Amino acid sequence: MNDNYLVKEETYPARFLGKLTMGMPLSEYARKLVTPFNIVAVIILFVGLPLIGLRFWKGLATVTHASNEYPWSILLGWGLFSGVPLSGTGYVMATAVYIFGFRKYHPLVRLGVLTGFMGYLFAVIYLLIDIGRPWRIYYPMAVSFGPTSVLFLVAWHVATYLTVQLLEFSPAILEWIHARRTRKWAILITVAMTIAGVILSTLHQSALGALFLMAPGKLHPLWYSAFIPVFFFVSSIYAGLCMVIAVSTVAARYLKEKADHAFLDSLDGLTVGLGKAACIVMFVYFALRMIGVAHDDHWALLSSSYGYWFLAEVLLFVLLPCIVLTVGVKRNEARIVRAGAFHAVAGVILTRLNISILMFNWNLPGHFQAIVPPAREVFIVLSIITLHILIFRWILNRMPVMREDPAYLEDRH
Amino acid sequence: MEKPVKGAGGGSERDRREDGRTTVNRRDFLRVVAVAGGAAFLGTPADAEALHDLSGWPDRMGMLTDLTECVGCRSCESACNAANRLPAPEVPFDEKSVFERKRRPTASAYTVVNRYENPKGQGNTIYRKVQCNHCEEPSCASACPVRAYTKTPEGPVLYNQDVCFGCRYCMVACPYYAPAYDYESALEPRIVKCTMCHGRIKAGGIPACAGSCPMGAITFGKREALLKIARNRIRKFPDRYVDRIYGEYEAGGTSWLYLSGVPFGELDFPTNLPRKPIVENTKGFLSAVPLVLTLWPALLGLCYTANRNKEEKG
Repeated sequence: MNDNYLVKEETYPARFLGKLTMGMPLSEYARKLVTPFNIVAVIILFVGLPLIGLRFWKGLATVTHASNEYPWSILLGWGLFSGVPLSGTGYVMATAVYIFGFRKYHPLVRLGVLTGFMGYLFAVIYLLIDIGRPWRIYYPMAVSFGPTSVLFLVAWHVATYLTVQLLEFSPAILEWIHARRTRKWAILITVAMTIAGVILSTLHQSALGALFLMAPGKLHPLWYSAFIPVFFFVSSIYAGLCMVIAVSTVAARYLKEKADHAFLDSLDGLTVGLGKAACIVMFVYFALRMIGVAHDDHWALLSSSYGYWFLAEVLLFVLLPCIVLTVGVKRNEARIVRAGAFHAVAGVILTRLNISILMFNWNLPGHFQAIVPPAREVFIVLSIITLHILIFRWILNRMPVMREDPAYLEDRH
Repeated sequence: MEKPVKGAGGGSERDRREDGRTTVNRRDFLRVVAVAGGAAFLGTPADAEALHDLSGWPDRMGMLTDLTECVGCRSCESACNAANRLPAPEVPFDEKSVFERKRRPTASAYTVVNRYENPKGQGNTIYRKVQCNHCEEPSCASACPVRAYTKTPEGPVLYNQDVCFGCRYCMVACPYYAPAYDYESALEPRIVKCTMCHGRIKAGGIPACAGSCPMGAITFGKREALLKIARNRIRKFPDRYVDRIYGEYEAGGTSWLYLSGVPFGELDFPTNLPRKPIVENTKGFLSAVPLVLTLWPALLGLCYTANRNKEEKG
């Protein structure tokens, strides 16, 4: 439908502008931009972006609660440790469709890959704000190697996986700019990139958990477990599945006109299917968490206030959403599955915040006062979330993500 | 790397291509790679055997702080500040009011002394000097993704800010909360911590704090010798000391050792640390990495092959 406008003038700049304004004349495009959502977004950015500037002008101390005892604040607790598992969308969807052969989930692959790519991109953005000298971020890859470090592995894998995901998403970009021949090449590597994606995801999702293996005295024993890499990996699978449900729900609701019938008509059925996979993984994950307590014989700790919090996490934020998903799947009701998926996503965020912030340094005096983030840091996080949503929407509005471009139907991948 | 290249094949196995460019044939190339690679990664066979059971540098130095001797005069803080050319303190070093709250090493102080009430109730307050403990197998060094830390043969653990990008994982990994970070610096933040006066040690001197202590509470010497001294003191004065040398085994042991008259936990020493070096906890995970890298492609390739011809369901 974009192309109707393009027919009039085929000069290159006009074509380019048409791509950006989705084929509308500039004045109409500008008028359409004034929406309540966008106004709120601009206000948040107006406050948040200068605060990011402040970090690079006056130092991290002026904007975060990070201290010598608490080196990692919510910038990483939220941006990296919660953001990365929720970005497991790309590898779970690509594996399901291209490796395991569940072709009927094809309409959701690109949305999954895009969600994953954007998640990693923004995880890196949070990281660039947090680390001391961001222009040295490539040092682990090129200047000085620390192969005994789990973070060395994370750095390599996140960098590589970001590239892999860009390549996985590239067909959508190439279709958008009508680069038919390059797209052929991009499609050829789909399977190889998918396999690379699973390997990299297995390793760095679990490595994010393994990072905390270096802090046995600092992380509360109920959360510290030799199995923590397995917990992180397994939960990233259902986090990815539930996130695809959540993102597709929101996108199908607010950007309906950007989706085709194949997408919208199959969405409820596919949602139930994803919910089925997610609830199986969640049962496994719940069992693993219990085995973790049994392995270290920490049952006695459950009757402390930390124990109640642990139980709240695994019962109310793992088992309960898992049951909701199961009910939704049994009744074949996408609505219930969606509720369960949002609940499960919240649970993954809670688990990651528990490990990286809430239960880290639990035994230091004044712990719970020390971890409350200052308003400036909250605004930085809010503004990055806003930017994330805006760019995500920008792409969904323009590129064939929730629809298939009819011109390329005979050459699907 | 030079040596094996010269020795390999004596040049006779080089082929001359038709276009006149010299090439190295495959066997020759592989031999060079194998020898050079082997030499680079393994060193001599004796080294390779030793690597598996690291017992630390021989003759490494250490420090012994006898907390029963410390009177809280803060001479060590002052000497450290001068020796390392650190910024002048906000309150002078003879000011006792700093003891009203617990302090920790910061970006402008490598070491601080804290005061504790004596739980034995004898009226004598206890003072504890805090600084980097210079672990035998340092967690900070194992955690650092850019190898900014070195355990020197002399004992001190040193930090190199030239490769650091400020991830602060070393601070997460340090069980003693020793490294401090320059959060105030916008563009050149770095880790700050005690160096055990490595330069002075190399030059044959002793660390500034040990040299400045009027009570002789800080002893500098070879770690093995310090352990003997500490054991002797405990044996001679069993009423004065608890029967434990802190740092002998904690997280694989530290260069800095402590004697105390009261249980170490009451002076905020971490007492929940494993005996083995903390890096051991990640070895299982890291050794699984190459397995995943090699097994996953094969298994996933198999899945792909098994499913590629499956009929499309919908």
